[in-house]
Order: sequence, then C-alpha cells, then structure tokens
Amino acid sequence: MDVLTHNWSLYGKGLLGTVELTVFASLLALGLGVIMAGFRVAPVGSLRAFGTVWVTVLRNTPLTLLFFAVLLGLPRFGLVLPFDVFAILALGCYTSAFICEAVRSGINTVPVGQGEAARSLGMTFAQTLGTVVLPQAFRTVIPPVGSTLIALAKNSAIAGSFSVVELLGTYKTLNELGYSIIWSFIWIAVGYLIVTLTISALFNVLEKRWGVAR
Amino acid sequence: MTGTALYDVPGPRTRGRHRLYGVVATLVILAVLAWAVYLLIDTGQFSARKWTPFEYQGIQELLLRGLGNTLKAFAIAAVLALALGAVLAAGRLSWHRPVRWLATLLVEFFRAMPVLVMIFFIYVALRAEPLTALVVGLTLYNGSVLAEVFRTGVHAVERGQHEAAYALGMRKTQVMTHVLVPQAVRSMLPTIISQLVVALKDTSLGFLITYEEFLHAGRLIASNLDYDLPFIPVVLVISPIYIGMCMLLSWFAHWIGRRQRRNPKVEGEVGAAEPGNLMPGNPPL
Repeated sequence: MDVLTHNWSLYGKGLLGTVELTVFASLLALGLGVIMAGFRVAPVGSLRAFGTVWVTVLRNTPLTLLFFAVLLGLPRFGLVLPFDVFAILALGCYTSAFICEAVRSGINTVPVGQGEAARSLGMTFAQTLGTVVLPQAFRTVIPPVGSTLIALAKNSAIAGSFSVVELLGTYKTLNELGYSIIWSFIWIAVGYLIVTLTISALFNVLEKRWGVAR
Repeated sequence: MTGTALYDVPGPRTRGRHRLYGVVATLVILAVLAWAVYLLIDTGQFSARKWTPFEYQGIQELLLRGLGNTLKAFAIAAVLALALGAVLAAGRLSWHRPVRWLATLLVEFFRAMPVLVMIFFIYVALRAEPLTALVVGLTLYNGSVLAEVFRTGVHAVERGQHEAAYALGMRKTQVMTHVLVPQAVRSMLPTIISQLVVALKDTSLGFLITYEEFLHAGRLIASNLDYDLPFIPVVLVISPIYIGMCMLLSWFAHWIGRRQRRNPKVEGEVGAAEPGNLMPGNPPL
C-alpha cells in the first residue's frame, strides 16, 4: 500500500504519460484511419491500392518492430524528435490500420439504398461518403473502435521500454528504490485498468447516445 | 460491393478526371517513396560496408538462431494458449456457478491487462527465464481471448443441434465433445488462426525482456561498430521476414474463411475473421 502513497507523484507522472500517449495516438489513429477507409472505397484505383497496402502491412507488423524501426531508425535520417512524438507516431500509424478496417466494415453495414439515394440526388463521391454514409457508419463502428482504442492504451506500454515516460516504466525506478516489486506491479495494473475502463465507459456512453441497432 | 453504391458508373469525362486523380496520387506516392530512397542513399545506408556483415556465416547463423527462437516461443505459446483457451471456455460454459465465476474472472482479468505488464511481472517479480516469461504471458493473454472465441463459437451453433443431442439421451460432455465443439471449432477456425497471428506478432515483445529472438539478433548486429552500425540495413532485412510470416498466417486464416463460406457443412456464419478484429467488445491485438 505504501508503495502508492510514497510514490504518488511518480505514479501520477506515469499515468499522465500513458494517458497522453493514448489520447494523442488515438486522435492520430482516428484521423488517419478514416482517411485510409475513404481511400479504400474511393473510385481512384491508386488510392485504393495505397490504402490496401497501408492496412495489410501495418496490421501484420509486430508493434515492437515498428517502435524499433521508428524510434531508433528515423533519427539516423537526421529526423530528431522527442521520443514521445515518435511513440505517438508509431502507435497512431499502427492503430490506424485497425481503425480503417473497422470504419470500412461500418461503411459496408450502411444499407446500399442510402448511397444510391444520395447518388440519385446528384451528390458526388465525397458528398455521398461525407454527408450520408459516414455519419451512419459512425453509429455502427462505436463498439469496434472502442475496443481498438482500448488495445491502443494497452499497447502504449511498449513505449515505456523505449525511454518514454509512462506507467509500466515506473517499475524500474521503484525497483531501484527498493520497494516491493509485487505491489508496485499491482498499482501499475490498477493504473491500466483505470485507463481502459474509462475508455470503455466513454464508448458505452457514446453508444447509448449514438449507437443504433441494425 | 460498396464501391458501386458510393459513386455512379463513371462516364467518359469522369473517367478522365479519375485517371488524372490516379496519376496525381501515384506521382505523390512515388515522390514520397523516391524521397525515402534518396534519404537512404544520402545517409549512406547502401554503402557496402553496412551490408557486408550479412555475408558472414556467423551473422547469418545469429539471425537464423533468432528466428528459430521466435518460432519456438510462438509454437509453445500457441499450443499452450489453445489448451488454456479450451480449459477456460469449458469453465465459462460450466453448469457449476463457482467454476463459471472463476473462469469469467480469469478471462476478464487477463484480457484487460496489457500483455507486456504480465510479461514484465513474470520476468521481474517472479524472476523467470525470459522464454518462460514470454511464453506464460502470451499464453495467459491469448488463452483468455481464445476462450471467448471458443465460447462464442459454441453459442453460435444452432440451438436445434444441442436440443437434438440431448433428445438422443447424450450427456452434457457428450453433447459438447461430439456435437457442439466440432462445429464450433470449424466455424471459428479463421478467428482462431487470426488470434495466433497476434501471438506471433507479440513474440517480438521478448525483445524487451532480452529474450534472444529475431529482433534481439538484429539489434546485436545493428549496434556493432565494426560494421559501421548497420541499423537501417538490419531493419530492411528483418521487417520483410517478420511481416511476411505474419502475412502468410493471416492469409491462411483468410483462405480458410473463404473456403468455409463455400462449404455447406459449416453452420452459423460467425463473421469472417480479420486479424485482431474479433467480436465487438473484444479488445483486439
């Protein structure tokens, strides 16, 4: 118990780091994921191919390899950014592939008549997708996007091993200070549960408010 | 096919416009690629000195040994995870309330924890060998996810199947083993294999606890000053192999799923499995 009370600020910093990583990477992943989903259903062949390659490659890349390549590789091209920015980039790009697939299958659940009606009104592809199909798809993709973002929060633990301040990394300091390892891990676990349960609660609210049973 | 629902069949002018967009998009993508290649050349990543180590037998053996260790961890973790998944699923489907509660508690806990936290806990707090820590961590996580997959599969088997089996006088165990499980496994096979892709990807976490796997071997080579720190060459060699293995397994899952959709024997379409994208409410990866 006293592991937590004595190291309140250390745990606080770690939790804050995890939350920041999760929030920024989620925003990046959502943005990129929706754009890629748009690419994957676009009428232009090369964009479709680009979206497919992006999703297939990133989904089959081990996240540790991606972190390895981005955090240790990019600086060799003279691109020097803080490590947490690199971590957000790696996490965001990785997760965007899963978001893209969720959004794309959401687009597929929108009844064909909706798209056809929009087209018969003379809407362009961008209008059909942006004003008719995506808003409806948004309602069905809330649960899968929620579980993808929970996975993102859990994956952010990898960043700790690449010298980014986050929750899992706190165990090293605590270990050096001589605190009980088991208890420090229990509080780390509690921290992760807080983050994931918050996301899950948030998405439950979103689903109650916007979700639609089809 | 959404493609046709989202836009009209293009006329001659639109086709021209699309071709223009296509050319522009291709040029942009090619430009980015060319810039990346330019950067690679400019920073001397293709210099002979950085690539010669890959010709040495010792280095090749080091890489192969790493790959072997990765596959070893994956194989053990996959088998154990399947077994644990079966046990936990049986627990969750049990008629005895305490057993069901215990299984539910375990499944929910291990799914909610980041795998890496479990691996570190076993490695640091329980002082296990890196291989043991990696395998146990992967087994607990993937086993719990697989338990949910099995359970969903059993529930997805048509009601009439188990009603008929009970009507024939089978016991619960017989109904499970002879009627429900064979059908469930068949319909969930793509999802199960997709989960194994996740396990294969996650073996790379062993790198973080100094298990001597593929990435670890790569790092040893990359940090060698004698070869002028060939970091980028190492990434260029390792990633295609890693990504290729995962893609192969994903593709296999996809292929089985496609084959089953044509097979009239398979009941209860349980959603084609995409790697990491299981059922709603199920955290992927």
